[in-house]
Amino acid sequence: MNTDKLQFTVPPKAKMASFILMAIGLISIIAMFMMDTNEDPEYNHNRAWSNIFSSAFFFMGISLAAAFFLGLQYAAEAGWATTIKRVMEAVTMYLPWGLSFLMLFFIVSQLHLNHFYVWMDPTVAEHDPIVASKMGYFGAFWWIRTVLYMIAWIWFTFKLRKNSIDADKLDIDVNNSYHWKNVKLGAWFMVVFGVTSSTSAWDWLLSIDIHWFSTLYGWYAFSGMWISAMVTITMLIVWLKKLGYLDFVTESTVHDMGKWMFAISFLWTYLYFSQFMLIWYSDIPEEVIYFQTRWESYKALMWTVLFVNFAFPMVMLMSRDSKRNFFFLIFVGTIILVGHFLDVIMMVMPGTVGHHWTGLSWMEFGTFFFFLGLFIYVVLNALTKAPLRVKNHPYINESLHHSI
Amino acid sequence: MATKQIIHGVFGDEVPMMEACKKLRASGIRVKDVFSPFPVHGLDPVIGVPRTRLAICAFIYGITGTSLATLMMWYMQIHDWPADIGGKPNWAYYFNIPAFIPITFESTVFCAAHGMALTYLLRCWLVPGAKAKNPDPRTTDDKFLVYLELNDEQAKKADAILKDNGAEEVNYKGTLYIEPAY
Repeated sequence: MNTDKLQFTVPPKAKMASFILMAIGLISIIAMFMMDTNEDPEYNHNRAWSNIFSSAFFFMGISLAAAFFLGLQYAAEAGWATTIKRVMEAVTMYLPWGLSFLMLFFIVSQLHLNHFYVWMDPTVAEHDPIVASKMGYFGAFWWIRTVLYMIAWIWFTFKLRKNSIDADKLDIDVNNSYHWKNVKLGAWFMVVFGVTSSTSAWDWLLSIDIHWFSTLYGWYAFSGMWISAMVTITMLIVWLKKLGYLDFVTESTVHDMGKWMFAISFLWTYLYFSQFMLIWYSDIPEEVIYFQTRWESYKALMWTVLFVNFAFPMVMLMSRDSKRNFFFLIFVGTIILVGHFLDVIMMVMPGTVGHHWTGLSWMEFGTFFFFLGLFIYVVLNALTKAPLRVKNHPYINESLHHSI
Repeated sequence: MATKQIIHGVFGDEVPMMEACKKLRASGIRVKDVFSPFPVHGLDPVIGVPRTRLAICAFIYGITGTSLATLMMWYMQIHDWPADIGGKPNWAYYFNIPAFIPITFESTVFCAAHGMALTYLLRCWLVPGAKAKNPDPRTTDDKFLVYLELNDEQAKKADAILKDNGAEEVNYKGTLYIEPAY
């Protein structure tokens, strides 16, 4: 095996691309704030702010779900993914960045520089009894929860990464002590994440439509993050293999990642449809309003999201050969990733922009590019920080010979 | 009349067994079958077993399930006795399609899964009362058995390859008469 290829160095082209993306994004964001106005004095750049939130949330979600998946591998004591552990770890390293952007956004919202969360405006609760009745859960308690989620997630992610790197520094880890530490951490992270993934989705996304409610919403938001994370990790692996790194990752491992892309696309569809069908079936006005806004002003986007995130991966990734074809994985992955970004747009926009929506434009993608550039830069930098193959891990041999 | 010898190469571990299979195939000897106590990963391509066609069956069974469920629900709920689904118009199937999707999905999975299982069991003839086909009962415990049917010349070669690669026993289990093709 070629040992010098265990240390990743960022190719200058990739670095350049990430800077160009960030520059395009920054210009778009500035232009967006100047151009996104209309006759409604209450409008207040709603679309621009929603775009920033959507993109920031989407990329935070990728690294958060990657951390979840990493923890899941430890908790389940799975061996197959050991060779790609460093790639997952690198993706999770964007988490503090993503969360900082969200935190900044929340602070800006609380200072009333935007009208993103209506309930953050104290005058709304005065003449809206429904919002007033929910203010015990929002308000100060919302802030406490938000801070707790962020601290907990970052703590778990950094601890998992630190143990993994510390284990590599030893010549031989006799009792697999670092591994067992991570198994414990992973299991606890599953417990914490199981609760916080739902509640954070309620707090950050569902509260945009404060009058509306859905118990399924947390899982729906989480499944969107999860599939985005699986796609990102797969594409990163394929790209690294193309560059000549990750020789030791077998094709079966890539095939398994393709299966995950396929399976979690179905999970997302299952949850999306379950939420839709229950609301459609019971036909209660206060619930139906959520889909009515989407049906009236976002119909094309709604169908696009459903098609791209369900029918497309189902047809394209069904056969074994397509899951082993690197070009196919990149091609399908890119489209699914955009599809799930549009899904986040669909979660956010109808509640904030509503009928002012004029269709997708450069504003959405400009903002997306800024965060994409930053994400690429941070993740690739994190990849250089540690050897691409874990050394002291009890299942590394199993993973090196993974074959299905 | 051509004769073939039945040879059992018995191994105590799967790694030398795989190695022996690779060598046998490389010297042009057909490995008829391998019996092992557990599924050995990566063995199929080594002994030249073609890829399973069960996935194609699964697809056909799944499509059948989808069609059957659609036909059933259309006949019951739209055609024969139009049912009131949540107060929604019921003149056509597509008006109420969200209500039909769970059943379509379940039926697809049901038909695909049962069809696949039955196909597998019938194809391997694992039916009640079927006689066990493993040639040596120790393969259900801890031994790996390479099953060969070879002519005398090939048998000599195979014998040497098996023994060189750590076969614990090479058993000759009689001869097989093959009717010449006229």
